[in-house]
Amino acid sequence: MRLEYFLLIDRVASLDLSARTIRCEATVPQESTVFEGHFPGYPLMPGVLLIECMAQTAGWMLVATHKFQRMPFLAAVKEAKLRTFVGPGQKLVAEAKVVHEGSGYAMTEASITSDGKPICDAAITFRVTEFPNPAFAVEMRKRAEAIGLPSSEALANG
Amino acid sequence: MSTTFDTIANIIAETCDIPRDSIKPESHAINDLGIDSLDFLDIAFAIDKAFGIKMPLEQWTQEVNEGKATTEQYFVLKNLSDRVDELVAAKGA
Repeated sequence: MRLEYFLLIDRVASLDLSARTIRCEATVPQESTVFEGHFPGYPLMPGVLLIECMAQTAGWMLVATHKFQRMPFLAAVKEAKLRTFVGPGQKLVAEAKVVHEGSGYAMTEASITSDGKPICDAAITFRVTEFPNPAFAVEMRKRAEAIGLPSSEALANG
Repeated sequence: MSTTFDTIANIIAETCDIPRDSIKPESHAINDLGIDSLDFLDIAFAIDKAFGIKMPLEQWTQEVNEGKATTEQYFVLKNLSDRVDELVAAKGA
């Protein structure tokens, strides 16, 4: 995880396109400028970043579902529950599933656990659109490769 | 057995906290009921689920944007009910 860059997923551990589920791993960094303000003397991963981490997990699932042809944008977060504190160095497992794939939108559910204990969960809605520009799509493919999401070619052939 | 309109009206009432008796077949979801595009996603989800369909919202939006259709054709509730009935019929065909 690099909190300042919103790079909140380290690795895609598993992806099941037929079940429309994904499992990702991430480790909260020991050091981050984010902790200078949140909080001085008591570093905690901000809840909004936990929600973003869940959204990125579900988002990668949707990118894979659409074989890199469409991009999900966060539209709504419901029933978000932040159940316990998360601190530096903590290893997180983020999971998501697509509940419904509509026309131009998707409903998902996501959660994060650490050592098997629930950290947070939420129902997350996305608008799903064409990529606004080709360069963005290229960057998303690079990022996907870096975290181990199967390539668009592999998904197309699978 | 409730009609398609009743099911949709109930979904809108519950999803958007709009009094059920103010939702009429002639109501325009956007202009009369004030439902915005984000709230409409929740309604679309509930309608898709209730009827086992996938409303082609993107296609409808494109048609409206290109001037090939009016919002009334899709967002006046009696018309929306007709569109849903068509999608259900197409699914069973």
